[in-house]
Amino acid sequence: MLGEGILKGMAETAKNFAGSFVSADRLTTVQYPEQRIPTFENARVFPFLVYDGPDWAAGMRCVACQICEKECPPKCIYIEKSRDKKPDFVGKPQFYPARFDIDISVCMSCQICVEVCPFEAIKMDTEFELATDDRFRGLLLDRQQLAKSNEYYHQIHPTEAGEVDARLDAEKAAAAAKAKVAAQAAAKAAETAKTAPAKPAPPAGGED
Amino acid sequence: MSPVFYILAAFTVAGGLAAVLLKNTVHCALALTVAFAGLALLFLNLDAQFVGFAQILIYIGAVAILVVFAILLTRGTETPREGVFSRSWLAGLVIAACVFSALGWAVLESARALPHETAVPSVTVHDIGAALLGRYVLPLEIVALLLTSATIGAVIVAMHEKGSAH
Amino acid sequence: MLAAPVSTHALPAIVDQVFILFKDWLVSFLPTSWRPAAGVVLGVIAIVCVFPALFALTTVFERKGLGRMQNRYGPNRVGPYGLFQPIADGVKSLTKEDVVPLNADVMVHFLAPLTLVVTVFMGFAVLPMGRNMALVSLDAGLLFFFSMSAATELSVFMAGWSSRNKYSLLGAMRAVAQMISYEVPLLLSSVAVVMISGSLSLPKIVEAQSGYTGVFPHWYIFTPWGLASFLVFAIAATAETNRSPFDLPEGESEIVAGYHTEYSGFKFALFFLAEYLAMFSISGIGVTLFLGGWSAPLSFLNVVPSWFWFFSKVMLSIFVFIWMRGTLPRLRQDQLMNFAWKFVLPFTLLNLGVTALWRFMGEGWARWVVCSVILVGVYVLMGRVGMFKKHFGPRSYRYAE
Repeated sequence: MLGEGILKGMAETAKNFAGSFVSADRLTTVQYPEQRIPTFENARVFPFLVYDGPDWAAGMRCVACQICEKECPPKCIYIEKSRDKKPDFVGKPQFYPARFDIDISVCMSCQICVEVCPFEAIKMDTEFELATDDRFRGLLLDRQQLAKSNEYYHQIHPTEAGEVDARLDAEKAAAAAKAKVAAQAAAKAAETAKTAPAKPAPPAGGED
Repeated sequence: MSPVFYILAAFTVAGGLAAVLLKNTVHCALALTVAFAGLALLFLNLDAQFVGFAQILIYIGAVAILVVFAILLTRGTETPREGVFSRSWLAGLVIAACVFSALGWAVLESARALPHETAVPSVTVHDIGAALLGRYVLPLEIVALLLTSATIGAVIVAMHEKGSAH
Repeated sequence: MLAAPVSTHALPAIVDQVFILFKDWLVSFLPTSWRPAAGVVLGVIAIVCVFPALFALTTVFERKGLGRMQNRYGPNRVGPYGLFQPIADGVKSLTKEDVVPLNADVMVHFLAPLTLVVTVFMGFAVLPMGRNMALVSLDAGLLFFFSMSAATELSVFMAGWSSRNKYSLLGAMRAVAQMISYEVPLLLSSVAVVMISGSLSLPKIVEAQSGYTGVFPHWYIFTPWGLASFLVFAIAATAETNRSPFDLPEGESEIVAGYHTEYSGFKFALFFLAEYLAMFSISGIGVTLFLGGWSAPLSFLNVVPSWFWFFSKVMLSIFVFIWMRGTLPRLRQDQLMNFAWKFVLPFTLLNLGVTALWRFMGEGWARWVVCSVILVGVYVLMGRVGMFKKHFGPRSYRYAE
């Protein structure tokens, strides 16, 4: 009969209306500032810079190679290379960013900077409460604001951070082994040089 | 002739004049509505509630809307560049004066012909209904017939012609 | 003014008339010649305060109720349980910039919300909100109400036309076409009540329904023709106030917000206010015509003041408005017009005939049977025919299968 559907629909909404007062399961809303759902491990918001050790400036992994700046689709990264060098995690002297700014009002959270970084220095953060009343300066994060410790990285993305650490450790071990081999070779060379000074040293480029 | 009457009369006449003199057609229609409202208030001032409310219901609620719809559905509502008076305004003025004098004469004559009543008769809606279906039933039926034929005509105009559709 | 308070119920009678007594007490400080005018002014002040306050409450309860119907909480941040939400909304709309489009017809654009609110407020003048609680008791009160609600159409048109916006104009055209189409059944369904009660005066219509058989009231909705009229009236009233499912004039998805697209700040708030006030006044008139106005639903409940019953019934019908809004999707323009002219109007005309039959068949059970059978039979038949021709049928999707 005409109007039957309307009555059925009205019964449905009435059921919802009454049910929402009776059973809390019906209300799926999370009342955000008081209630929160844990962030997913794969969540990503804006990039941050990883550093090792206690001091952010000394431990920063970034070597200011500027690949991310070039690859960034919306061009939201600004890097200024330092003039001097500081040792990186393997001890090799590297440049570091004298200035590293990300404009998060421009950033589109594409993660391309993370994909292209050869030094595992830039990673995606899960922090999303970034609202500010200063829409120009407040949304331009400088390197101090961007720097987060490796421990924090482990906290937010444990699996990924574990893999990264394993890779870095392997690299470090390889570098250490190489350095050891190089040192032994150098020592041997020095010894042989002492015993047979006429024999020329092996070319340095071959070992790299 | 109370001051209220003069205020309402001025209001009505101003609305009517604006309806004639304004350039934008929609403004004219709105000014005409003001004149209708003034007329309704004049009726109410004379204690003729039924007529006054019927005036608002029919003229503001339906006729004004119809006028406005007609304006919007026929042509643009842009203001014309040249003057709004047609060339035959003099003839129109003469005809209007003739109509006005005829009506005025009739009104003045009726005041002389009828016995002058000092007390306003209290006419209820009930009386109006009884008069319409009693003494004035034939005019009412004729009006009803006219309106029915008009409605049928409107339906026929609005109907799809067979074959021409699609 | 006090109409024969029942001596055995002295206290209920005083509570029942408390507003009238208060008004009389206030007025008694003035010289005698001023008293009638002062009484009317006080009544106007009461109406202008009470109904906007109800409007404020309704907006928050509507949002909360709609939320519950969709298994959400609704607003619950401002104040306890979100009850101060209307204050926040009011402050916001009052402090917002009033933007007028460059090409708009400034005068008409300014006047449209004002005339709308004024005409909507006028409708409250004749509503009997309790025993002796009509601001003016007009002999042609019902006609006054409908003439005022008819005058709102022009304001809607003014708003849409003066904005110089295609969406506003489309919305206004839709609104006016819809309001004119549904005004006919609205009036004709009330004519049925006038035919039975024999009066256009609203207090008299309430009195005609104030009797009781046993404990049950003689409301017009409890008769076959009254129920049919009430249903038609409810449908037409929903369309007349542009409420869902008849809210095409403000369809957000296709015409932005219809005739009030170009209004902001306080002027928009006036439109919003007018929509809710129209809802209150048309609910009030529906309650007066079909639900016994201020009379109690059961005879022994008459100790409760009459104004309480009036406002409860109005708020109940507002709840039904909200409930429908939470349930039904918006109609299409052709469905709207087909429904008005091919279903509602013929049914209303038939109902007028049935009402006349009821009037002249005299007392007895025969008229109940005859009238019910005719109305139900025609309703079912018209529904079947309509479904068969697919005027009201379920929608078929050509591409989205």
